Amino acid sequence: MAGEINFHFDIDGGNFTSAGEASVRIKKLLRDMGFPPDVIRRVSVAMYEGEINMVIHANGGSADVNVSPDKIEIILADSGPGIKNIELAMQEGYSTAPDNIRSLGFGAGMGLPNMKRYTDEMRIESEVGRGTTIYMTVNV
Amino acid sequence: MTVEMLAKTADFEPIYIADGEREILGGYAGDLLSWVMGRAKEGDAWVTIMSNVNIVAVCTLADPACIVLSEGVRPDEEALRRAREQGVSIISTGLDTFEACVRIASML
Repeated sequence: MAGEINFHFDIDGGNFTSAGEASVRIKKLLRDMGFPPDVIRRVSVAMYEGEINMVIHANGGSADVNVSPDKIEIILADSGPGIKNIELAMQEGYSTAPDNIRSLGFGAGMGLPNMKRYTDEMRIESEVGRGTTIYMTVNV
Repeated sequence: MTVEMLAKTADFEPIYIADGEREILGGYAGDLLSWVMGRAKEGDAWVTIMSNVNIVAVCTLADPACIVLSEGVRPDEEALRRAREQGVSIISTGLDTFEACVRIASML
């Protein structure tokens, strides 16, 4: 594979039935491109967590995945309410998800920590009332 | 033990078997999806009481060998449809989560 390949996905807000579709697509694309299983798992899990967050908190958003031979970048952007306290949000177990979301098995407060754990680099830009953009990189 | 062997064990019932020959290498129990996605290992039998469509996405991404729904839980229609589409095996059991895990562990 030469150069960089870009994929764009729109994440549907409030739709838990289709949540995860973009991550599953990326997983398959990366597999077809021959990336190692460990890399594929890390990318797809981190992206799934981000997708779910956008569905729960931000009424959807977008995901851009830039694939190079040596690294995979994931950029998740939404126009949701923003994250008030990023440090707190990064703590395992901290969640602001409502009860109906918890009953679906989400809202464990593991989303952002999982994203950090599975990626080599992660940066969050968030402004309350404006939205959140998360940049993640997984090195191959 | 393969997925099919577990599905044919007394007290377990196949709901949908995508790859019966797949080997079950271990197990994981949990209902919080992010937790499962972060901790379950490839090839595990994942025991849960969650039955909504998102279990299929988690399974597709974390790649356990199969989902085992405990406590007699059945997958909802959308979850079953998606499991067929994505090739995710689902087994149901009337055993509770602890008993299901004990049984699976004894067969590994």
